[in-house]
Amino acid sequence: MSASAVAAPPLPADRPSRRKRDGARLGRSGPMTYVIAFFFVGLCIGPVGYIILGGFRDNSQIIRSPAGLPDPWNIGNYSSVLQSEIFWRQMSNSAISAVFTTLGVVVLGVMASYVLARYDFRGRTALYSLFAAGLMFPMTVAITPLYILIRELGLMNSLAGIILPQIAFALPVTIIILVPFLRAIPKELEEAAAIDGAGRLGFFFRMVVPLSLPGVITVGILAFIASWNSYMLPLFILNNEMSYTLPLGVQAFAAQYSVDTARVLAFTSLSMIPALIFFSLFERRIVGGLTGAVKG
Amino acid sequence: MSDSLGENTLTTTSPEGPSRTGDGATTASSPVRRTRRRGPDWVKRGEIALLTGPAVIIFVTFVIFPVVMAAYYGFFRWKGFGPPTDFVGLDNYLAIFRDTTFHDALMHNGFILVMSLVLQGPAAIAIALLLNQRMRGRSLVRVLIFVPYVVSEVIVGTGWSLMLRSGGAFDAILERIGLGGLSVDWLADPDFAIWTLMMIITWKYIGFAVILILAGLQSIPSELFEAAAIDGASYWQMQRRITLPLLGPTIRIWAFLSIIGSLQLFDLVYIIWGQYVSATAGTSTMATYMVLNGRLAGNYGFGNAVAVVLFLISLVIALIYQRYVLRRDTEGAITEGKKR
Repeated sequence: MSASAVAAPPLPADRPSRRKRDGARLGRSGPMTYVIAFFFVGLCIGPVGYIILGGFRDNSQIIRSPAGLPDPWNIGNYSSVLQSEIFWRQMSNSAISAVFTTLGVVVLGVMASYVLARYDFRGRTALYSLFAAGLMFPMTVAITPLYILIRELGLMNSLAGIILPQIAFALPVTIIILVPFLRAIPKELEEAAAIDGAGRLGFFFRMVVPLSLPGVITVGILAFIASWNSYMLPLFILNNEMSYTLPLGVQAFAAQYSVDTARVLAFTSLSMIPALIFFSLFERRIVGGLTGAVKG
Repeated sequence: MSDSLGENTLTTTSPEGPSRTGDGATTASSPVRRTRRRGPDWVKRGEIALLTGPAVIIFVTFVIFPVVMAAYYGFFRWKGFGPPTDFVGLDNYLAIFRDTTFHDALMHNGFILVMSLVLQGPAAIAIALLLNQRMRGRSLVRVLIFVPYVVSEVIVGTGWSLMLRSGGAFDAILERIGLGGLSVDWLADPDFAIWTLMMIITWKYIGFAVILILAGLQSIPSELFEAAAIDGASYWQMQRRITLPLLGPTIRIWAFLSIIGSLQLFDLVYIIWGQYVSATAGTSTMATYMVLNGRLAGNYGFGNAVAVVLFLISLVIALIYQRYVLRRDTEGAITEGKKR
């Protein structure tokens, strides 16, 4: 396990602290709690920090002291990446495919989940099971035929060729998270809306969409981050550098400038910033949504 | 989790259920007219078709159809152009089962599966228990330990390969804390590479386990601990008799997700060890074997057969797990309900 392998020194220290804490499950935590939490957090973000700080160094600094801090700070790597056309090209490819994947998943997912949650009809169970079965089909299994299908559709090297499959593969999780959410909207609301003259579709747009917003945000974020980080599908579908998304771009950049470590680190850290910002804005929602999904 | 939901729907719908699924998609063209009252039956059907149609079409086209085609292509020797014609029956499958590099890949998947559970599980529980106490900055800690999970596999792979190469930051840190003698070629030495992979996997995915278990901990009613404290139970007794049993469902779901993830592992290995090195470094997985011997070698039929094998192994393990491990949760829930 990485934690004990990397952090050999802090571990022996946690034994006495636990003895001290007997019977204090909800009580105050001792200083050792903070020390251990601090070390664990350090292990988690250390490598990320290495990437970000490494971008501020130059190669001679990195060779002289591989694990040191920037001295002096050097923004040349970041500015040269930010001025390169290819970086912005790949950034916008990633943004376009993430935004459209998210929109597609949310729109199609809410529509289908609404029917599965609130309409009574023959075949509903079968339809739900069909989507739920999708959880058992990871993209790894389908990737080769998917590649052939996209090629036959003439979508190679186009963003549509990764957006459509990403929507399809995100639908099962989306539906499984959203259906209980939509089912929880009280029947009385629907009846009240019907009395006020709203049809089922009117109820859908005026009541369901706003009320399901928290669940929608959760699935939207999950879809956005999954698309932003997606690697296997673009690897098969996108073959020319102008159509690359950032994950492929990072890899190509790292291969092309393998001697220029500092610049690779700068490129890498710039490419993770959007997902990190997006995540930190909505962190509570993601964690809450995951919890709900697991408990459901 | 999908299972329990599925059962819910089963109980709420009429038993004539699982018959015509296609209906929704095929009637998508029928006109939908808005009516003031609940309209006749065909209006409802139109709404169902209109709302589920697009999702069903996309899902069937890009998920179900390719999976079915994988099973079909697996029976052919096929270079990927034109319709497959060279039917070879089970030859591809026999070749897979005879290939010792596939056996190696399978063993690596098994190793990763077991070690992920053994290493991440106890550590995640310990860390979650620690973080579940009242402390300043707990929400910040929760965000930070989730960061490795959010960062993409490519970034993780690129960053860790740079840190782990000989003379890299990892060796430098070891040297600084006086363990410089331990340095080996972390990525290429076949004795160590898979442990290096385990370290990176643990780093990347343990935050997810901690967050899940923290969520599970928060759902345990604190009255139980208060009652136990009145009865004079110690901290450790409470953890053993209350926390761990009640965490059971959360831990079993996490283990299920971890098992499936271990069997499908591709990105990290392919990024760090590249196309050809993973087999010699001893880190190949079934998925990297599939890509290497399928698409990159131009043997699309063979690659699809590997995908089918990978899927069947995952399916069998998932079914066994659901039958013998996850089932306990439903039984537990039922008996708990009776007690109330």
